[in-house]
Amino acid sequence: MSDLIFADEHGEEMTLNMGPQHPSTHGVIRFIVRTDGEVMFSAEPDVGYLHRAIEHIAEKCTYEGFMPYTDRVDYVCAMTANHAWATAVEKLGHLEVPPRAHYLRVISDELNRISSHCIALGAMSMDIGAVTPFPYALREREYINDLLEELCGARLTYNYHRIGGVGWDMTDSWRDKVLRFLDHFEPVIDEFNRLITFNPIFTRRLAGLATIDAATAIDYGLVGPNSRASGVAFDLRADHPYAMYGEILPRISWQTPVGQGLQGQVGDSWDRFWLRVEEWRWSVKIVREALDQIQSTPRGEFLIPPKRFRPKGDALARIEAARGDMGCYVVGDGGTNAYRARFRTGSFNAMGLIREKSRGLMVADLVALIASLDIVAPEIDR
Amino acid sequence: MAARSEALTVMDAQSIFEHVARAWEEGVFGFHPAVIGPAADPKEGVFRDAGFRVRPDGLAGVMAYLRDESALRFDFLQNLTAVDWPKREVFEVVYHLYSYVHRHGICVRVEVPRAAPHVPSVALIWKTANWLEREQYDLLGVIFDGHPDLRRLLMPDDWVGHPMRKDYSEGKSYRGMPTSRPSPMDLLLDYDRAHVARPTSVAKPAVSEDVEKAPGNEGTK
Repeated sequence: MSDLIFADEHGEEMTLNMGPQHPSTHGVIRFIVRTDGEVMFSAEPDVGYLHRAIEHIAEKCTYEGFMPYTDRVDYVCAMTANHAWATAVEKLGHLEVPPRAHYLRVISDELNRISSHCIALGAMSMDIGAVTPFPYALREREYINDLLEELCGARLTYNYHRIGGVGWDMTDSWRDKVLRFLDHFEPVIDEFNRLITFNPIFTRRLAGLATIDAATAIDYGLVGPNSRASGVAFDLRADHPYAMYGEILPRISWQTPVGQGLQGQVGDSWDRFWLRVEEWRWSVKIVREALDQIQSTPRGEFLIPPKRFRPKGDALARIEAARGDMGCYVVGDGGTNAYRARFRTGSFNAMGLIREKSRGLMVADLVALIASLDIVAPEIDR
Repeated sequence: MAARSEALTVMDAQSIFEHVARAWEEGVFGFHPAVIGPAADPKEGVFRDAGFRVRPDGLAGVMAYLRDESALRFDFLQNLTAVDWPKREVFEVVYHLYSYVHRHGICVRVEVPRAAPHVPSVALIWKTANWLEREQYDLLGVIFDGHPDLRRLLMPDDWVGHPMRKDYSEGKSYRGMPTSRPSPMDLLLDYDRAHVARPTSVAKPAVSEDVEKAPGNEGTK
């Protein structure tokens, strides 16, 4: 392409194309970067390369039939997308969900959140130049993939949740395996901290980089770990509990983790990294408590399939996904299919922020910014 | 968790509407609670996100009021969706607002005629609306007046039409690339017609009692 790189007549400003096939854009995204030497004037995201019209497919499938497609909204953390769709449709149709299904949803969500953060943290370290933590994080993710494979038969796109429950019950041996994994994983978090989070080279690289204050985070609609790192103490699991989080979180004396600015300022890239490590700890506690409480629910009661399901109206479900507040809005018109479905995802709004935040950053810092916001490209385009 | 929310001035949808209606009188109307009709019966009760309607011309003012009024403080635009209703000849634009300050939410709806779908932009009120409005413009063709940069977001710039509209029909090709492929089932039919005297392989799709009775599927009942 001839317009890949060009400079203006004074040679001051250069336009540089980054992507769409770039190893550190976490999927197929293109940035049009205007720079003066190493310093950027702006990085304009050009998205849509992974647009698969998932919202349109929802209008062509039945409510149940759309469930496998929700996996593809965010394939790194597919369980929560399942959960968002199921919750929205259940709200729309006043459907009852058995408690055991709620617990299984919580357990699968949290395991998936851990594995999603494994990717986020490992990939972020690798983008910055530390290659070693990535295989360590992926090793843990593999264990979770094995566990989830045993639970629902798939390693990436789970299709586990159903309208009215979940697809399969867990077995006692699976429960033991998860507990064994958690025993193994808790020390790994400290090991990971020693390896990379508090590594002096790493902290110096990220501290104070691309700081986002709380007001900006809210204004641009940053959600989840990104906004919590900026000091917004808000977590849907705690503030508007869904599924069984209302039963679980008080029992583990939950404190919403927020960015502390331990190495630099509140809301810098290091805070976003550290906050995800903290979320690992909380997810482990939630899974433990859920595995404890699920013992009191009757075995085998994990699904109440809807009969002659023709809901009318509209409903928004908000689920705390790995990339934050995932909103799923469904409109039903009395047919078997959704009339309109919409997914509002964390990465989409984070991308809207990049143009402003990139001003004045170095080109290499753009990679750190994208990685620290934990952007997953299919979640932007859907 | 619940105690924490109660310490703040959480307002329910009804009182939020009354608060707004005191300031905007006829500008806002049509309040409805979350469940209309008997909730227990899914065939009768209709769930709708609790909220109210706003006249399009007053939208920007009402939205700025919702964000800035100290008792409301909707600082977060959670979601923005446009819904196409060709039967009623309208586009409905649905805003889900949330307040991190007071931890309450509301749903604001505005309806505009399908022939001239002009809605005032809220991109200057919440910055996140910039991309949300661009996406809805791209996919449904709702025009947000006053938007600083209303361009297509997901589709290519030279795409024709707005694909999420109910009456959208796709062009045959885009830049010389065909937009559809023959269905494999049709290919199978053609093969059968050519090679088999009586087509057998294209009976009705075999999903019915057999699948449900298969071993291993009892558990899901």
